[in-house]
Amino acid sequence: MSSPRPSMALANTIRSGGRSALDVLEEHLAVIEANEGEIHAFNLVTADMARDQAIAVDRQVAAGEDPGLLAGVPVALKDNLCTRGVPTTCSSRILDGWEPPYDATVVTRLRNAGAVIVGKTNMDEFAMGSSTETSAFGPTRNPHDTTRVPGGSSGGSAAAVAAGFAPLALGSDTGGSIRQPAALCGVVGMKPTYGTVSRYGLIAFASSLDQIGPFATTVADAALLFDVIGGHDPLDSTSLNRPTPRVLSVLDDGVNGLTVGVLTEFLDGADPDVVARTHQAAEALAAAGARVEEVSVPEVALGLSAYYLIAPGEASSNLARYDGVRYGLRVEAPDTATMNTATRSAGFGAEVKRRIMLGTYVLSAGYMDAYYNQALRVRTKIIEGFTTAYERCDVLLGPTAPTTAFPLGAKTGDPLTMYLSDVCTIPTNLAGHPAVSVPFGTGDDGLPIGIQLLGPNLSEGTILKVAAVVEAAAPAPSLPYLVKGARP
Amino acid sequence: MSEPKRLTREDVAHVADLARLALSEEELDLFTGQLAQVLDHAADVASLDLAGVKPTAHAMAVTNVVRADEPRPCVDRDEVLAQAPSVEGHRFRVPRILGEAP
Repeated sequence: MSSPRPSMALANTIRSGGRSALDVLEEHLAVIEANEGEIHAFNLVTADMARDQAIAVDRQVAAGEDPGLLAGVPVALKDNLCTRGVPTTCSSRILDGWEPPYDATVVTRLRNAGAVIVGKTNMDEFAMGSSTETSAFGPTRNPHDTTRVPGGSSGGSAAAVAAGFAPLALGSDTGGSIRQPAALCGVVGMKPTYGTVSRYGLIAFASSLDQIGPFATTVADAALLFDVIGGHDPLDSTSLNRPTPRVLSVLDDGVNGLTVGVLTEFLDGADPDVVARTHQAAEALAAAGARVEEVSVPEVALGLSAYYLIAPGEASSNLARYDGVRYGLRVEAPDTATMNTATRSAGFGAEVKRRIMLGTYVLSAGYMDAYYNQALRVRTKIIEGFTTAYERCDVLLGPTAPTTAFPLGAKTGDPLTMYLSDVCTIPTNLAGHPAVSVPFGTGDDGLPIGIQLLGPNLSEGTILKVAAVVEAAAPAPSLPYLVKGARP
Repeated sequence: MSEPKRLTREDVAHVADLARLALSEEELDLFTGQLAQVLDHAADVASLDLAGVKPTAHAMAVTNVVRADEPRPCVDRDEVLAQAPSVEGHRFRVPRILGEAP
């Protein structure tokens, strides 16, 4: 069975003149207008800019030109992706009023493919969080149950796709920030291999871990979006200068002859309903012809600790640039040092301050070797553990998150508990590998569960074709209340 | 490897100063507890014997990435300066930077 391709079908309809891009856009803007007040997926809806883009696409079609693979398809962008002349906030007060002087490479590629950018989505401040609750502009709510979080940090992008505000969205994933909200909102989300998608114009959080990736309602649509945004970019010095996996062409190849390892460490600590769904997904793959076995990679249990030493370390350095001098907020003071401190203290929220201080501490003299350098050695061990597993298995399978969406406010008072939401997604980032979350039925509470497929570097084609089989076998999904027409 | 000593309130005040963050007394108390909890969790990493294991700073390290040394257009200066809180004569303007009175 082929993974459904609604965005590609929409683009093809627009390319062939069957429907105007402006009509498609207005339909999506109407859904946003009706429901955004309750969901708060966006920091900014760029309706006027989107109309200009849609009209331009329609003109191209009328002139007999091909606007591109995503002709007229509305796309939502996480608000840490630079858009020229359009406010880009990272959901932080410290970037108040800032309008980037350039577009991120992914934004340029979307425009060149004919996509229509509908808005900038809410996120945890500087992508630091797992629930979108650290946003300076208030939380996003889960479209499946508005008393629950959408996950994070790309919660606005995940919610926008789940709510039907846009069929596609981009997020960034440093420790799970695409996959975890995708799981909690019942959509597909992928973190590609480090270096396959240009990060030029992505506001940095932890540079050795950050990666941009797609959100979509289906595996094939996520593959399509990855094909559009991926590929070498000379503007990003960490961009891989080698062919990016082309994924759409292999999506329907099935899992015959593949070995799938169920990662036992990811089942430890997961809720029983999440564990049950994981086993059910594994059985579906076995029924489709894959060899399924249990695999242990003990090193991944150290991932969370290593991550919360490495990522804050890198963040403390990256966020030093917010000093009130060149852009964004400035709190005036008689001298520059006092101005720097006043600006940063007023501009950053509590979670960002925590991570800056944690990072400064683990990089400071006397502690760097015990914490930061030690975490980098653990990173080596995690990569070695995965490498051993991938000698036996083509892909690894586990849950994306240990629980379904939790209630708003449930974890905001306890940072460590919040950090544990990312326990299944972090090891992938430390290794640089790709992984995708695909919706697979619901938990006992009726909320979406995501199954995660992990693979070695540049295995996007493999993990996505396995995800397509999981998708085809998925039990009935949870429906957003917007679709059901009734609130829970 | 021996475990480092537990994080104190003074440590937090010191790193806040290094990071140019001003904290209230209440924030100092709150953050000390929360950060100590995270570092306690990290004890599983800090206490491992990993002598001889090479650290990995970048999972997909690419090195010596340079472009051809050719002139090309760059981001517009006026557009960049228009974003600054204060500007004077094509430069970013800041308050005094030296300790003495202006």
